[in-house]
Amino acid sequence: MDKLKLLTIICLLFLLKTTNSYSLIEVDITRGNLNPLPVAVSPLFQDKKSKIEFQRELNLDDIGSEISKVVENNLKQSGLFNPLSKDAFLQKPDIAHLKPRFEDWALIKAQALITGKVSIDNGKLKVEFRLWDVLAGREMLALAFTTVPNNWRRVGHIITDKVYERLTGEKGYFDTRIIYVSEEGLKTQRVKKLAIMDQDGFNTKYLTLGNELVLTPRFNPTNQMVTYLSYFRNLPRVYLLDIETGIQEVVGDFPGMTFAPRFSPDGKKIIMSFAKDGKSDIYIMDLENRIVEQITNHPSIDTSPSYSPDGKYITFNSDRSGYQQIYVMKSDGSNVKRISFGNGLYGTPVWSPRGDLIAFTKLHKGKFFIGVMRTDGKGERLLTENFYQEAPSWSPNGRVLIFYRETKTNEKGEGFSAKLWSIDLTGYNERLVETQTDASDPSWSSLLSN
Amino acid sequence: MHKSLFISSGFHLGIILLSILTLPFISKPIDVPPLISVELIQIADFTNIPYAPKAKKIIEKNKKKKKKEENKEVNLEKKNEIIKELAAKKTPTPEKKLKKVKKEKLESIAMPDKKKEKVQLEEEKKQKPSKEIKKDKDLKKITSLIKPNIKDVKVKQVSEFEKKELFDPNNIAALIDKSMEDFGETNKKKNKISQSQDSSMDNSKLTLSEEDALKAQIFGCWSVPMGLPYNENLLVRIKLKLKPDGTLIKTEILDHARMNMPGQGFFKVLAESALRAVQLCQPLRVPTSGYERWKDLQLNFDAREMLGG
Repeated sequence: MDKLKLLTIICLLFLLKTTNSYSLIEVDITRGNLNPLPVAVSPLFQDKKSKIEFQRELNLDDIGSEISKVVENNLKQSGLFNPLSKDAFLQKPDIAHLKPRFEDWALIKAQALITGKVSIDNGKLKVEFRLWDVLAGREMLALAFTTVPNNWRRVGHIITDKVYERLTGEKGYFDTRIIYVSEEGLKTQRVKKLAIMDQDGFNTKYLTLGNELVLTPRFNPTNQMVTYLSYFRNLPRVYLLDIETGIQEVVGDFPGMTFAPRFSPDGKKIIMSFAKDGKSDIYIMDLENRIVEQITNHPSIDTSPSYSPDGKYITFNSDRSGYQQIYVMKSDGSNVKRISFGNGLYGTPVWSPRGDLIAFTKLHKGKFFIGVMRTDGKGERLLTENFYQEAPSWSPNGRVLIFYRETKTNEKGEGFSAKLWSIDLTGYNERLVETQTDASDPSWSSLLSN
Repeated sequence: MHKSLFISSGFHLGIILLSILTLPFISKPIDVPPLISVELIQIADFTNIPYAPKAKKIIEKNKKKKKKEENKEVNLEKKNEIIKELAAKKTPTPEKKLKKVKKEKLESIAMPDKKKEKVQLEEEKKQKPSKEIKKDKDLKKITSLIKPNIKDVKVKQVSEFEKKELFDPNNIAALIDKSMEDFGETNKKKNKISQSQDSSMDNSKLTLSEEDALKAQIFGCWSVPMGLPYNENLLVRIKLKLKPDGTLIKTEILDHARMNMPGQGFFKVLAESALRAVQLCQPLRVPTSGYERWKDLQLNFDAREMLGG
């Protein structure tokens, strides 16, 4: 036994002796760059037979190229990727999809490569794609989809979502839709219709005829239902509309003015505010039994309520302190806390789907700002400033905000326009969202492919 | 009693073994990478560069001044004697004279003291011929014969100097060889010094400038994934094995197990972005020396600061 111990000690000593005299040098890297990641989106390859069929079915010469354009545009709009010019590509799409020559792609400074193949099989569109890490020289992702040929744009969005998620670590927001109020005509005689489109501005559809005034459409976070406010015989009504089926129902007639209906995170309740007797309070309606419950009771104007993603808290704006500010309370109406303390007026708070931030509109010194703050009110960041802008709505991943912005009219009342804009959390990637008409009150849907 | 004796001897044996195995005089000397060291030297000890032409002129002027002063002190009688001696001799042929002076000059280069004397004499003959000599026709002839020779000698002196110090084509190769040898020697010397100095250096770190250079390079290559949840642990440690030129031999994610853990999907994205950064950056800006020190390197990528957590 003693011998064994001695042997162990000797072995340990040998180990000590043989240990390298150099300890490992460590270098801390705490900064990086926020430059868009260079990505090569190779056109999706299609064989001759499929090409003829696609031409007959969709009247498109090169559907593979069209899908890759959708992906490319999405990535570019995100501000996080820099799709490289196809003119620089050295490898053909069919070979690249099988086995990319990574040296060729690295030569044009691509860090990621998307390749794919599209074909038609029994009248169905079949798409497969691969995401490659050019520098590591390996495949990162490979997926295939089958759908009806008319859904080819959605396929592009789904591919983008998958690529985005794989490269950034958060879910994408490309296979989504935006509902908004389409506006036409003079400022004093606006015709307002409900409209819906893909997040990239394509496939616009009008959901109402424009006979009645429509306001504040909001998506159900769990499905493709929409709630909105419409005036029927000068009385506000809250409606529910199923986008997929087109079925519409009235949630109820409410006394006085009704504002800003919005779904709870589980989609089973609607939270809104009613104006009554010179004050406005927040109410919740259970959609199953249509029971309405009052949440706040204060002689002030409480409005624009929005649930936290876990459903435990509600944020709203109120002028109970004398000026319009943002408050947070528990979902039962208890423990009301003011969280905004900056200069100016704060309104339209919207809780981020990630749960970490609250977006708001701020009016200060005659200018409107869209900003975000943490849920305790700290870390306020104003992302964009303009003459008039409001109603921010989060993308489903909590990365981008969409809002609308109005322009000034001249003395003759001309030059007015209302457009949708988007901005990401960095505040740098501000973009105009193309719509067929003027637009206001946008609301972003959840991911369709979920 | 016996037991304690055994225990004691066991411990003693252990200590002896410990000292044998660990003391540095028994084990091989540690291969310490070289350090760049600076040695203060006298330039004259190492350089072959001749005087600059301007400096040479100044030196010659100074020499002339000295000669003038010394000439004043020279005894006139001594001069006369020398002249007489020269006159008594058969008039030497210019070639012979030339050879003679040449010889003297060569000697003078070797022995500066002698050179001074001889040159003084020649200068004296050239610049200040005595009245007695002027009267003497023979002497005139002699001097006329000597004068060009002196001039020749002068020219020869310069050319000899140049040949010796500047343009000796026969010696170029030798000079080059020598310089190479010298260079090698100094290098060896430097290495020796740096190695001995290096032993006192902290081997566990890069110098601040080395670290800054490496960091600055990687900062530019690392595209931080923007979607990472900033309230999570966003540290990824990557171990690199490098070639002396800074290119990668091997990369290894140290917390690899975390990549496949549930709820840690973001870690995979982060780790891949870090790997892309080092791939993109290679060859890394590593120090030019001390390969042993940094051939294994660990980079700790932390995205928390960037994502504002």
